[in-house]
Amino acid sequence: MELLKLIARRAVQLLVVLIVVSFFTFLLIRLLPGDPTDAIIPFGTEEQKAQLRDDLGLEEGFFQQYWDYVSGLAQGDLGHQYSSGRPVADLVEQSLPISLQLMIYAQVIALLFAIPLGVFAAYRSGSKSDSAINTTGFALLALPNFVLALVLSYFIGAELKWLPTSGYAPGWLDPLFDPSRTPDFGEHIRFMILPAITLAVGQIAIYMRLLRSDMIATLQENFITMAKAKGISNRRILWRHALRPSSLTLLTVAGLNVGVLIGGAIVVEVIFGIPGMGQKIGQAIFSREYVELQSYVVVIAVLFVLINFFVDFLYSVLDPRIRRARATT
Amino acid sequence: MPERPPETALVGDFETPDEQIVEESIEGGLLGQSAEIRVGAVAAGGEGRRRGPGLGLGAWLAIGWMVFIVLIAVLAKTGILTWGDAEESFGRCARKGPLADEGSASGFLLGCDSNGRDMIPRLALGAWTSMLVATGAIVVGFVIGGFLGLLAGYFGGKETRFGAVIVGALVGAVFGLIIGGVFFAVLIGLGDNLAGVLGVLFGALAGGFAGYRRGDLDVYLTGVFNVMLSVPAIVLALSLTAFLLGSADEAASGGGLPPELVLIIAIGVVSIPLVGRISRASALSWAQRDFVLAARAQGAKNGRIMVKELLPNVLPAMFSISLLGIAIAIVAEGTLAILGVGVRPPTPSWGNIIALDRGNLFKSPHIVFEASLLIFLTVLALNFLGDVVRSRFDVREGGI
Repeated sequence: MELLKLIARRAVQLLVVLIVVSFFTFLLIRLLPGDPTDAIIPFGTEEQKAQLRDDLGLEEGFFQQYWDYVSGLAQGDLGHQYSSGRPVADLVEQSLPISLQLMIYAQVIALLFAIPLGVFAAYRSGSKSDSAINTTGFALLALPNFVLALVLSYFIGAELKWLPTSGYAPGWLDPLFDPSRTPDFGEHIRFMILPAITLAVGQIAIYMRLLRSDMIATLQENFITMAKAKGISNRRILWRHALRPSSLTLLTVAGLNVGVLIGGAIVVEVIFGIPGMGQKIGQAIFSREYVELQSYVVVIAVLFVLINFFVDFLYSVLDPRIRRARATT
Repeated sequence: MPERPPETALVGDFETPDEQIVEESIEGGLLGQSAEIRVGAVAAGGEGRRRGPGLGLGAWLAIGWMVFIVLIAVLAKTGILTWGDAEESFGRCARKGPLADEGSASGFLLGCDSNGRDMIPRLALGAWTSMLVATGAIVVGFVIGGFLGLLAGYFGGKETRFGAVIVGALVGAVFGLIIGGVFFAVLIGLGDNLAGVLGVLFGALAGGFAGYRRGDLDVYLTGVFNVMLSVPAIVLALSLTAFLLGSADEAASGGGLPPELVLIIAIGVVSIPLVGRISRASALSWAQRDFVLAARAQGAKNGRIMVKELLPNVLPAMFSISLLGIAIAIVAEGTLAILGVGVRPPTPSWGNIIALDRGNLFKSPHIVFEASLLIFLTVLALNFLGDVVRSRFDVREGGI
């Protein structure tokens, strides 16, 4: 029952977001001066252009065009590239798994580093190592993704030649979308290490600081004193008793941060030459493919809302207290 | 956070957490860069900055750096002190770093870019552009977002028919335009203009009525913020800039908006919901204090309470967040430049210096790294100052 309510609320939210985002991107495109047919067939005759305008539905009224666009969206039709006529849905299908993999790797790396560091900093709070971890985290927060990407690609990639500076090889998620892309995991990982680390570093600093402060609060609780009185080892108290109740804020923020991650992924993909959605967006801007760009924005907005829904769901699964509290209200 | 003597027991090892009024904890702001922003209280201490008399060495260094950057930017822009011509090309120096051999870069302390232009005046002018865009965007975000957040926070949970009717009608009008417009134009077959007007009219009426029935201004404003936040910030900024710049480019008369203004608008708009939610949370916590009640008991009007009682309390926190905001906006400018939208050459900005010579990273890394270092240090200084301001103004009660 609770879950149904949650799903219903998210569905309404998704609908509202879809309507608003699709309308405003559509409006922005309509407001662009210039005739799209000039971009598609710059040297076509007037009759050809008129024919094309008719084919593209540009002669219809504004609301009719919007309606056509939205009903297309509902059927998975994201429009076509002006220049090549390729369906944008195909491009999304190609590039989305690549970006998803990158974001998953970044998130995993971030948590792998942030959780032990945060626990340790909380355990030794006030000590020299705590403040060293904190200061490092603070400095890392000031390091923009693109700066880190350039630094890593110069030093690790070009100077030391340990890892490739750009390119991509298919991984485990690609064949699900396109069976012809056979993964070579070794290559895949080699290409993904630097971008994933770049994306992860900023997150590490955030997650670590969050977990640290929540953990410090948890360690004041009576059940920790109780566990201590029973003679349970510090290590066990930290990892088995304190971590789970302390990790809820972390989880929420990790979910909300997907937005930041998407933004970071775009610029990181452009710098490391990974053919994900970010690079597609960059290319769409460069070649003035506004319909394509509009569709990417809609796709990302939908994804973002869905991911937040998933996090909400996880949240109540992980913490029985919340589940019960929600059930009683 | 006062230093506590270490105790032997495990539990005692943990410092007492500061009271955490984490009303709102917005993580991350725009773009890859993220700043941890908390309102109401500092996340449990230990950030290492004590609230003693005077500022620490770090704070003075940060202030010094910001003064240095702003001074250089202003001097370069006004031309009072130039370090050379930002446009002039020196062929012998092209792509040469400061340590280039054979003295080809002698006379150029920081080397030259790929066109042989001296890096020093370019970085100085770039500082002006980047700071202008970042500060402008944050001013836009703070004026609009801060105001809306203050309204939402102050009226949160209260019945305010008048305000709610207006905001409800505005929100309704937008949805009316979309849904009603499609309804009238596609299903009934009216002309575009008529359909749009009818849609707006019906939507505004419905929204206004809803506002009249359930007059909570807060609900509407928070809803608007949430919808704006449902598109990742960079994507929103990116598409706004791309479209606005596109229309500027393609305007036949050439009278489009200047790219700097476009960036200010785009980044400013994106920051509205972020700032709005923070200011709402802050206002909400202050609005429940006794002095607000006292002011109301004395017959003060809402407007007066907001300006005279709430605003002075909300401002310090907002000031610290605005410093973080400027830092985030500087990074945003850089990110957008790398993605291909932003300030147009030949005007230099830190972002487009990097974007222009990103292709020369491996052969002449100094171009990209000099600008990157400036961005990093400036963002670091702003983050640090934001933190210092926050902890200084963060007066907690009960600490006798």
